[in-house]
Amino acid sequence: MTEQTQTVQDELQDLLGADDLVPQPTMDGLPTFWVPAGRIREALQYLKCRAPKPYRMLYDLTAIDERERRVRKDQPSSEFTVVYHLLSLERNEDVRLKVPLRAGQSSVPTITDLWPAADWYERETWDMFGVTFAGHPRLRRILMPPWWQGHPLRKDHPARATEMPPFEMSEERQWEWQEMMRFDPGQWGLKEQEGEFESMFINIGPHHPGTHGLLRIILQLRGQEIVDAVCDIGYHHRGAEKMGERQSWHTYIPYTDRVDYLGGVLNNFPYVLAVEKLAGIDVPDRAKVIRILLAELFRIISHLVFYGTLAQDLGQMSPVFYMFNDRERAFDIVEAITGARMHPGWFRIGGVAQDLPAGWDSLVREFLRYLPRKLKEYDRMVLGNRTFKRRTQGIGAISVEEAIEWGATGPMLRAAGLEWDFRKKRPYGGYEQFSFDIPTGTRGDSYDRAIVHIEEMRQSLRIIEQCLENMPAGPYKANHPLATPPPKERTMQDIETLITHFLGVSWGPVIPAGEAAVGVEGSKGNNTYYLISDGGTMSYRTRIRTPSFPHIQMLPMMCRRLQVPDLIAILGSIDYVLADVDR
Amino acid sequence: MNPILFHLLTIVILLAALLTVASMLIWGERRLLALWQDRYGPNRVGPLGLGQVVADIVKILAKEDWIPPFADKAVFQIAPGVILVATMTAFAVVPFAPGLAVADVNVGLLFFLAMSSMSVYSVALAGWSSNDKYSLLGSMRAISQMVSYEVFMGLSLMGVVIQVGSFRLGDIVLAQQRLWFALPQFLGLVVFFIAGLAETRRIPYDLPEAENELVAGYHTEYSGMKFASFFLGEYVGVTLFSSLVTTLFLGGWLGPVLPPLVWFILKTVLLVCLFILVRGSLPRPRYDQLMAMGWKIMLPLSLANLLVTGAIVLAREGAR
Repeated sequence: MTEQTQTVQDELQDLLGADDLVPQPTMDGLPTFWVPAGRIREALQYLKCRAPKPYRMLYDLTAIDERERRVRKDQPSSEFTVVYHLLSLERNEDVRLKVPLRAGQSSVPTITDLWPAADWYERETWDMFGVTFAGHPRLRRILMPPWWQGHPLRKDHPARATEMPPFEMSEERQWEWQEMMRFDPGQWGLKEQEGEFESMFINIGPHHPGTHGLLRIILQLRGQEIVDAVCDIGYHHRGAEKMGERQSWHTYIPYTDRVDYLGGVLNNFPYVLAVEKLAGIDVPDRAKVIRILLAELFRIISHLVFYGTLAQDLGQMSPVFYMFNDRERAFDIVEAITGARMHPGWFRIGGVAQDLPAGWDSLVREFLRYLPRKLKEYDRMVLGNRTFKRRTQGIGAISVEEAIEWGATGPMLRAAGLEWDFRKKRPYGGYEQFSFDIPTGTRGDSYDRAIVHIEEMRQSLRIIEQCLENMPAGPYKANHPLATPPPKERTMQDIETLITHFLGVSWGPVIPAGEAAVGVEGSKGNNTYYLISDGGTMSYRTRIRTPSFPHIQMLPMMCRRLQVPDLIAILGSIDYVLADVDR
Repeated sequence: MNPILFHLLTIVILLAALLTVASMLIWGERRLLALWQDRYGPNRVGPLGLGQVVADIVKILAKEDWIPPFADKAVFQIAPGVILVATMTAFAVVPFAPGLAVADVNVGLLFFLAMSSMSVYSVALAGWSSNDKYSLLGSMRAISQMVSYEVFMGLSLMGVVIQVGSFRLGDIVLAQQRLWFALPQFLGLVVFFIAGLAETRRIPYDLPEAENELVAGYHTEYSGMKFASFFLGEYVGVTLFSSLVTTLFLGGWLGPVLPPLVWFILKTVLLVCLFILVRGSLPRPRYDQLMAMGWKIMLPLSLANLLVTGAIVLAREGAR
């Protein structure tokens, strides 16, 4: 048991007593405790408000369907488990609280009054598992459409269309469903009439040039002013978490690429790190540096899209073309190394898929020479533009407190002024070896978010340069039986290795039972994969905590009392991807 | 030649030329923007991609002429016509070369201003009759933008009028034989050019259609040839403003060696390219910023220009 687990355990034990607090050891070493449903609010409130160096961020909230789980040593029995993941920025520590729900018990008290960010998380958990949150103001479908039957992440819900009756879209059904999509302001607590003023409700999206994907925002307007907004998400929901439960540990890697589809291998990163933690694999140095090299390249690739589309959203046509051009050059490197461009799925459990090709260094070196010059040019073209400044400065400003309260991470949090970056605060995958700075803003507005993104590209270039100069020699994959595909050198020499290799390739690796969550600094914020293995070839539960989800939840708060063009400026500066919101 | 026949011929040629120019501008704009944005633009159909113009026209003519069921049908159909008619009629007073104008009337400039105001109706009616919230917001923006920018658009030209003492465009060109008005009326030129951007609703003043906010603004519901009419209207408008700037500030057809008509076309084309370059480089201000700029900066500027010009002209008269 680590020191931090002991501290928080003592604190919670003082509060709840030893009976109501059951610690659970996990592979990630994250302090995990079981708390009964009746006392969870008390525990959370203590951790948020009263604990010394409090856990102020609700980092994640989800559930586990435990009904088919076999390996549950030292855990209270439950049918469903609600999991709260809190983060303390002051302690730089996390705590995970689990609430067991036994048969017939399917309700926990809401914490929406404690954390506004809990709103969407609780809706999602209800939507996916059918766990109700007593007292939640609007507990309704969020990712699934309103007519959906059942709760998809329950183990008894089919995972494939072929397990369900054939889908038919009849004329009546179409009208019925369309009618269900109609926006009713009353349902969302919005008043149509205020005094003698009647508001106009305008539907932005799901198909709209300014929403960067399938996002529906319903605006309540008074003239040009936004009174309130309601976000409707789920149009890009593809069941990435459910897919994790029916793909082998190895074959799930390409699915992760597509969660934040601009981030490429940045999505592979937390996933393979979590699997490696479960399997106890140590990754060789060369693989670590290759991973970091590619991850930082993808950070630049993703940020260039952000930069270009932000300018585009503000009506500046050209920068997006220049930046996509630069992005293409980065893709050339990715392509030379991995053979793919946007979604290489290049990381493997225990390393990467292949060694770097001959000549990779000259490609990278050329890019390192090329991009800084262009970034300087864009500073003048975009950041220096007076209209650009007038459109973004002071727009959508959030304070550090608000950011923490709503679970904002990444550039959103840093633009508000807090230096918080997993690469520095909790170095993973070898980042502790690199020197780079964490850029921060001061006002937390759209302009600062742009500045932070752009400065991060420069820092990424620094990291890439260090990768280039210090690429270690050695293997690119761990010599471990669970590394996938397993090393093949000796398979033709001895039968044991051959059998292990054969099983590892055909079934996929069998990862020891356990739980691990690993978070990384993605391009848009903190991205965490929380994996539960039941000792099988597939994950028992894959939870993907993405940064875009809480960021989009903040949108109504950010755009109130502004105008429609400001909403677009805010959307452009949040840097979200709908696949990352809906998964 | 019979003067009536001559006039008819001028009108026909002018109309044909305008429509050709406007549709060619679609190609021109796309190619130029592509050039500035490090890409190719349409280059596949025919030499230099020029066939794209024909392909676009054929495509757009073949499209279903669809009117949304919730629209006000009559007004919906009239609206796109208004803009085309208004901008093309305004060309009647533009002198392309000595004696080559459909009607070089003595209120030419006023006629132009009147006609360009007419295009507001097109946008307003289109947005209103579409019966769509985006269109409504778009046309609301368009009306307030165009009406307020028209105020100083007219005023910015008065400096020229005071110097020449005539509203006739032909006279204005001839008055520039010694010096183009671009120099003494530089302020007027800048203000008029900006007003022209606003009147033609092009980036940075494309708020009425502001793609990222209002989908397509006032013409969201339009498709096929009606949509094309708005597009053509916009391009004819760009050409109109370019030729007006040429006439009023850049000496119209005046120039050495080359024939007058060539000079006129050359100057106009350069200005059209400037319009496109502006589109390729500037972001769009917010609605209130646009209005503030109009009323707080442009209007005082044009008034100052008017006062100073008037004072100088009066002082000169007095000295004489």
